[in-house]
Formats: sequence, C-alpha cells, structure tokens
Amino acid sequence: MKISRSEVEHVARLARLALNDEELDALTGDMDAILAYVDQLNRLKTDGIVPTAHAVPMANAFRQDEVRPSFTPEQAQTNAPAPDPGGFRVPRVIE
Amino acid sequence: MSLYDKTLSELRAGLDRREFSAAEAARAFLDRIAATDPRLNAFITVCADSALAEAAEADRRLAAGDPAPLTGIPLAMKDIFNTLGVRTTCASKILASYVAPYDATAFARLKAQGAVLLGKVNMDEFAMGSSNENSAYGPVRNPWDTTCVPGGSSGGSAACVAARQAPAALGTDTGGSIRQPASHCGVVGLKPTYGRVSRYGVIAYASSLDQVGPVTIDVRDCALLLQAIAGFDPLDSTSVDTPVPDYAATLQPDLKGVRIGLPKEYFIEGLDADVRAAVEQAVTTCRSLGAEIVEVSLPHTEFAVACYYLIATAEASSNLARYDGVRFGHRTATAGNLIETYSRSRDEGFGSEVKRRIMLGTYALSSGYYDAYYLKAQKVRTLIRQDFLDAFDKVDVILGPVAPTPAFRIGEKTADPLQMYLSDIFTIPVNLAGTCAMSLPCGFSGTGLPIGLQLIGKPFAESDILRTAYAFEQATEWHKRKAEI
Repeated sequence: MKISRSEVEHVARLARLALNDEELDALTGDMDAILAYVDQLNRLKTDGIVPTAHAVPMANAFRQDEVRPSFTPEQAQTNAPAPDPGGFRVPRVIE
Repeated sequence: MSLYDKTLSELRAGLDRREFSAAEAARAFLDRIAATDPRLNAFITVCADSALAEAAEADRRLAAGDPAPLTGIPLAMKDIFNTLGVRTTCASKILASYVAPYDATAFARLKAQGAVLLGKVNMDEFAMGSSNENSAYGPVRNPWDTTCVPGGSSGGSAACVAARQAPAALGTDTGGSIRQPASHCGVVGLKPTYGRVSRYGVIAYASSLDQVGPVTIDVRDCALLLQAIAGFDPLDSTSVDTPVPDYAATLQPDLKGVRIGLPKEYFIEGLDADVRAAVEQAVTTCRSLGAEIVEVSLPHTEFAVACYYLIATAEASSNLARYDGVRFGHRTATAGNLIETYSRSRDEGFGSEVKRRIMLGTYALSSGYYDAYYLKAQKVRTLIRQDFLDAFDKVDVILGPVAPTPAFRIGEKTADPLQMYLSDIFTIPVNLAGTCAMSLPCGFSGTGLPIGLQLIGKPFAESDILRTAYAFEQATEWHKRKAEI
C-alpha cells in the first residue's frame, strides 16, 4: 500500500474537505493506484537537474507601484453568501 | 447554406457586404442552439436577450461604417472565463450562482472588437477531465455520435462548433483540454505557447500549465481568433511581452522548406489502427506538399502523465483553496464553526474528480512528501521540456496523433481515473514544455468518428503550425464534413 486510510483522512483535514466514509474509502483506493503509477518517475535519475516551475524563461515581472481603480467594497461583496457592511460574516472564531 | 453553417470569415464577409445583419446572424445561432442543445447539452447558460442587444449594437456600428474585426460575430465562451454580469459556474456546484464582477482579458478583447456572446459552454468541472463527464451540469454529447463523449475539458467549446451552434469558441488547455475535444469533434483547436494569451480572469486550475485558445471550423478562423486574443496583458504578469505576428499573413498553400518531425514515441503499440492510418496518411500529404519528414525522439514521453498528475494537482490544491464559502460561492447551511464552514462548503460544492485532484495535490505538497513527489515531478518536467528543445534543433514542426483513440463512449472510462488520464498521453507533454500545439481534422474512424492531427511548434511559433495546418487543410476535405445533428 502506498497510502493508508488514516493518511487519507489526514490529507482531507489538510485540504479542508469534510469527506464521508464512502468517499474516504474510494479515495484510499484511487490515490493508492495513482501513487503506484507515479512511482515510475523514480526510474529516472534526476540528481543535479534544475526543477522547472514555469516553462517560460522569465525573470521577475515588475510594474510601477501606483494606485489604480479597483473594486468597491459593494462590488467585492456581490457574490458573498453572508455580506456584512464592510466585510463577510463567518461563524465565531474566538470562543 | 444556412447562416449557422458559415465560418467566422464567411460571416465577416457577409456582414461587411450587408448580405445579412448581425441580428439575423445572432438569431440563426440562437435558434440552432434551441433546436440542438437538448440533444447535446453543450451550453450551461444561453445569453439570448443580451446577444440580441449586442447584435443590434453591432448593426449600428456596421451602419455607421465603423466595424471592428469581430463586430457582429457570435461566439461562445467556455464557462471558465469570467464574464461581467453573466453567470460563470466553471461547471461546478460551488459556483452555481456566481456572477463575475469583471471580464477576463481574453473575453474583454473579443468584446472590444465587437463580438456577440451567445452563451457560456459546458466543460469538466474546473477543467479537470478528458470527457466532459465531470460537469455538475451533465455531460456534453458528441455531435457525431451522441452516445460518445466530446472529449474534455473544453467539451462544450468543441461540440458547439462541431454542431454549428456557434462559429467559434474559446477554450482552455491545461493538459490537452482544447486539442483532445477538437480532435474528438472534428474541429480546429489551438493551445498557444504559455504566456501568449492572458490568463487574467480565467478561473485557475494549474497556473503554470493553463492557457487560453481558440476552437474554430477551419485554420483561417483559428488564425483570426488567435490574433484577437494574443498579446501581453499588464494584468497577467506571466503573459509575455513579445510582438504578435500577423497570423493570417503567414498562411500559404505549400510546405516547401518546412521540416516536420515524427516522434517515434507517439506511434506506439496501443495507438488505435484508424488513428494511426489517418496520421500516416497526413504525413504522406505533408510530404507531397513539399515538407521534409524527419524522425525525432521525445524520450521522456512515457513519464509525462505521471509528472503532470503531480504538478497539476499540486497547483490545483493551492488554487482551489479559495473556495471556502466565505467571500463567494456555495456556503454550507450546517456549519457550527469556521473550520466546518470551509470543509463542509467544499465537500458539498465540489464533485468527485475535483476532490480527487485536490487530495492528490495536497498529499504531493504535504510535509515529508514534497521532495519525493512535487520536486521530483518538477525535475522530470525539465527533462520533458528539454526533449522538445532538442527535437526543435532539427525540425520546425512536430507531427503526431492528438489522442490514442477516437471519442470513447459515455461511461466507458469513468470507473478508472488512471485510464481516463492516459487518454491525454500525447497532449500533456506540450503543456509541461510550455510550447504551442494544435489539432485539426485528418480523417474518420471506421465508425464515422473524427480523428485529429496534432502539430506542435516551437515556443511562440504559432505561425509555423498554422502555416502547416493551413497547407494540409487546403489539400484535404476533412474540415468540410459536418456532423448531422
């Protein structure tokens, strides 16, 4: 086994996904098969190879730091499930 | 000939000659959508009223003698592009009622040039899939055979053009999501070089791989639509500030002096016999047009799918963290605290393939596994990219199949995610290398399903593949066949 059910539960917590038992069972099998498949990468020697994060050889992109028009608070809230004047309402964080 | 059968270029000419109005064109496509979409499910949202209003505005501009290049041209957008005031779902329940407060740059450019938005087309949820079966709004059906998939993730973009519900559409391609559905639906689809077209306002899946591109009936239309969207955008710092050539001007009917490479790794056992025969016939055609045919090698091809499913899922797990039920999108009704708000909203809102990829990507990035999976994949990505750079020392264009088989049946591969992933084996390497490639029709299977030819070009050499595609298209009749739907 490449991954156990309890590891899958741990990853689900990291990913903030409240998966049910059925989903956790199915994902354990799926992830195990996929991780076994990607293991083939270890057949390649990659010592000293520079990793590619980005395929276009480009350095940092700079621009002027200047004020430009942006969303109003009202525009930013148009899709909010629970808008509040100037913010987004969420359940209490601090008891 | 019905108005809806016309190519983008033919519509442009007809509008300019006043043979029909923009309103008549828009109505013809809206009627076509109404008549055919119950069988195809290509559209998630049809913009009938706003399309007619935009067409009326286009007619005023035409009457004033002041048309822009796309004035009055009806188009469809994959539902991954943010469109001001029009619902953008990304084919997910989590964005079921999301209405973007701004336009994606690619769409803004089409709009500024006068295009009329017919609607937002179906796709795999968050562009994750190869069959369009992962949409929360139901699968799209292939116009050539409605028991088959159209391919994915831009399945709606390809199907709507194949069915002449729109003369052209935009899609996105992260691992083949424009080229594979274009191949399965018998239309032209181009994935530009990473950085050629702005990704601003395109809902992100895997940011180092995602790229916007056109889906059209023929190669000339592909060049015209690419022209309309290509170029640097200050709002996307990964778009590249390099001049955009006149693509239509590079189209010519022969291939004299063009060196075409055939990668031996793309003609493997397991390649469908009809696909092999069609691609080999295409090689013969290219040779007769004057091209020099050279064998090349892309030795790391077999590792590309594994590499991709670590890099793409890692990026996806990070990009999709924003769907937390707080600022936009679905929020659960049952949470007692903030963590439950996040985790239940996400569980309720995402479909199973999206969850699978978020999980895999989270694992690949998690403490203790990062080096073994994500960093390893990034190093293999370097090898895959180098394969292409080495091959392009010898040739101008690389030619091969788009997909190992023609379109498969709905439901055929849903039980086994790995089998589904392997249908992208010839398209994924191009995204990892960051270069450009396109699919165009090159034949049909014994059962009448379209087969696509893939042409891969050097970085920012879209002109090379368009020129090759155009010459091939002029010498063949495949693009003139239409799906009967």
